[in-house]
Amino acid sequence: MAGTEEQVWNRNELMHRIVSHKLLAPAAHDMMVDAPLIARKRKAGQFVIVRMRELSERIPLTIAGGDPIAGTIRLIYQEAGKSTMEMGLMKEGEFLSDVVGPLGKPTHIEKFGTVVCMGGGIGTGEILPVAQACALAGNRVISIVGARTKELLIVLDDVRETSAELLISTDDGSFGFHGFVTNLLQQLVDRGEKLDKVFAVGPVPMMRAACNMTRKYSIPTEVSLNPIMVDGTGMCGACRVTVGGRTQFVCVDGPDFDGHQVDFDELTKRLQAYRTLEKEAIEYWEKHRCLLEESHS
Amino acid sequence: MSATPSLKPDLPAKTPKVPRQPMPEQSPDERRHNFREVPYGYPPEIAVVEAMRCIQCKKPRCVAGCPVEIDIPGFIKLIAEGDFAASARKLKEANALPAICGRVCPQEDQCEKVCVIGIKGEPVAIGRLERFAADWEREHGLVEVPELAPATGKKIAIVGSGPAGLTVAGDLAKWGHSVTIFEALHKTGGVLVYGIPEFRLPKAIVQAEVDYIASLGVKVVPSVVIGRTMTIDDLFEEGFDAVFIGTGAGLPYFLGVPGENLNGVFSANEYLTRSNLMRAFEFPRADTPIARSRRVCVLGGGNVAMDAARTALRLGAEKVAVVYRRSRTEMPARIEEIHHAEEEGIELQFLTNPTKILGNDDGWVRAMECLRYELGEPDASGRRKPVPIPGTEFEIECDTVIVAIGNGANPLLPAATPGLKTNRWGNITADAETGKTSHRGVWAGGDIVIGAATVILAMGAGRQAARSIHNYVLGIDTSWPSE
Repeated sequence: MAGTEEQVWNRNELMHRIVSHKLLAPAAHDMMVDAPLIARKRKAGQFVIVRMRELSERIPLTIAGGDPIAGTIRLIYQEAGKSTMEMGLMKEGEFLSDVVGPLGKPTHIEKFGTVVCMGGGIGTGEILPVAQACALAGNRVISIVGARTKELLIVLDDVRETSAELLISTDDGSFGFHGFVTNLLQQLVDRGEKLDKVFAVGPVPMMRAACNMTRKYSIPTEVSLNPIMVDGTGMCGACRVTVGGRTQFVCVDGPDFDGHQVDFDELTKRLQAYRTLEKEAIEYWEKHRCLLEESHS
Repeated sequence: MSATPSLKPDLPAKTPKVPRQPMPEQSPDERRHNFREVPYGYPPEIAVVEAMRCIQCKKPRCVAGCPVEIDIPGFIKLIAEGDFAASARKLKEANALPAICGRVCPQEDQCEKVCVIGIKGEPVAIGRLERFAADWEREHGLVEVPELAPATGKKIAIVGSGPAGLTVAGDLAKWGHSVTIFEALHKTGGVLVYGIPEFRLPKAIVQAEVDYIASLGVKVVPSVVIGRTMTIDDLFEEGFDAVFIGTGAGLPYFLGVPGENLNGVFSANEYLTRSNLMRAFEFPRADTPIARSRRVCVLGGGNVAMDAARTALRLGAEKVAVVYRRSRTEMPARIEEIHHAEEEGIELQFLTNPTKILGNDDGWVRAMECLRYELGEPDASGRRKPVPIPGTEFEIECDTVIVAIGNGANPLLPAATPGLKTNRWGNITADAETGKTSHRGVWAGGDIVIGAATVILAMGAGRQAARSIHNYVLGIDTSWPSE
């Protein structure tokens, strides 16, 4: 029986089996999924849209890595709403209904010189492929990784492996530098490092703070934005954001943008558009969870 | 045994005295609270009466008015004779999707516009009859898989599963080719599933048409974005002999006025996709939310604007206004849709256009500032150009603005396909007769070529392209323009 099932998904390049699913930190997950077509094509900075089952949302998730030969992609995500909470409960061997991608433009990578890759919280999983690609392109990569507290620091070994130097901070001082990733960036500037490029991925306040700092020193800074999306192919415009005074669709024009040009205020507000309804969705789900789990198992 | 009743109507009279038969429908008060289809369709006896109004012109002008040249007197005669199944088969000779076209075609601008009966009275209800025959066939389980030509061994890829793609797929499969449709979204049908609401085109009908195409041996692959997951060149490497692009008009236009990125401003595409495709009307049972609006302004005057307005009403909005910068006469929406919308209580504000959208401190829409317009000289489209009247600024209070002013060509696929030429609006350049693009082996048709238009025009283009692809892969005509 299991054998038959395996043959079926091996033959079918469109079945998305969860190959492994681990908890990285409280509410942070690391999932390897069968997606051979995407694994072959994906580049650093691109994302997929995942739909768990019938009636699920389409949620955008950055591709954190993958193996083109095994045909798998790696998704590192945080429980942020009902859908990601539900996904966190999925088990190895289960299937995701749809995984679409790779979407968005790949991160532009060339030999810049010294590159700083900053990851905040779950953004560390997203900065990882960028750091790897930068290292591969011959850059000296300094990674700065931060989180609220020690147990929320993720994929440190992976980042360390690809970086010439790894700096770590926690907001509460429970591990590494006591403070923010921007403080560490300041330290690099203060010690006289010539920084040619900064990539920053993380919560909006972190990306905004990083951009405010690098603007002072005129260091080109790319941020990767993660707004609300529906189709992910430029059809709906839910993900629009103002960059340099012009409206851009993050799904097709991004997700990477010149951080010095991004209207972070607008992005913050747009991210909160469904705050009330998201709460309602969680309440409804918790009430009906047993039923839902039965129906999709 | 025939499932059709044996009705023996009199031969149609030369001068019909019978008026055009109305189609029973849900009352406005009832339907504004549900998503069920508005018209119920003709019962058989009414369909026969309506069919008998057709005088079977020797030189039927209606056929010339139909983009896919359906034998209109032919299928109507079969209804009048009571052979509904044969009528449906007759329709399908020219139109693979009659249940859909009978519902969403702008008949008043096509076949019915030129109907001879319409000169003195009201034209024969060709669209309603088309719908009737197609529904009869489906509801009675009479849909037959036509005999397929022997397999040719040729592989054809179709990009996009909307009306153009489905038509090409259906024709080529019948002629013995191996056809695979690639769809970017998780459901098949393109605009028929994400764009047109349930109350105008039930999704079960689209699904039945897709199932029919699949029954011809067509393979449907959802959630693959050609241009991202695979490129056109990858498809040729995979062994496809030809590719048809029918990706539609999937790039929403915005007005470019201040405040357009406030929360509560949606493209009609987003609003309709959330409701139709993602089933946000079932939230929180379905995961995708949609704004809970009180007062909604929809910008635009086309069918999409009507669809968005009527969807907002059904989602519980107290007041919905369609704001259009021209007047009623210039509205591109079907008369029937405008009529339905007004019956449901949707307000139409003509000669009005926003100058900015105003927000509150939380970044949500609170009102729209508008200017009054008047009609000036005719513009390039032949319609009188709306001209703003200075000093007429006023505010419309609203918490939701839905922008339905049209769609451009989505650049994703052309941008990822070297050698595929587009015009200055981003539409793929394709031969008007054959659909051949500037890239050998690649055809295109529908909205991606002609800009946002109708289901039937997309099907017409698909039909032409299918014939050309057939000739190409079989080596009958391998010529290619501009090479």
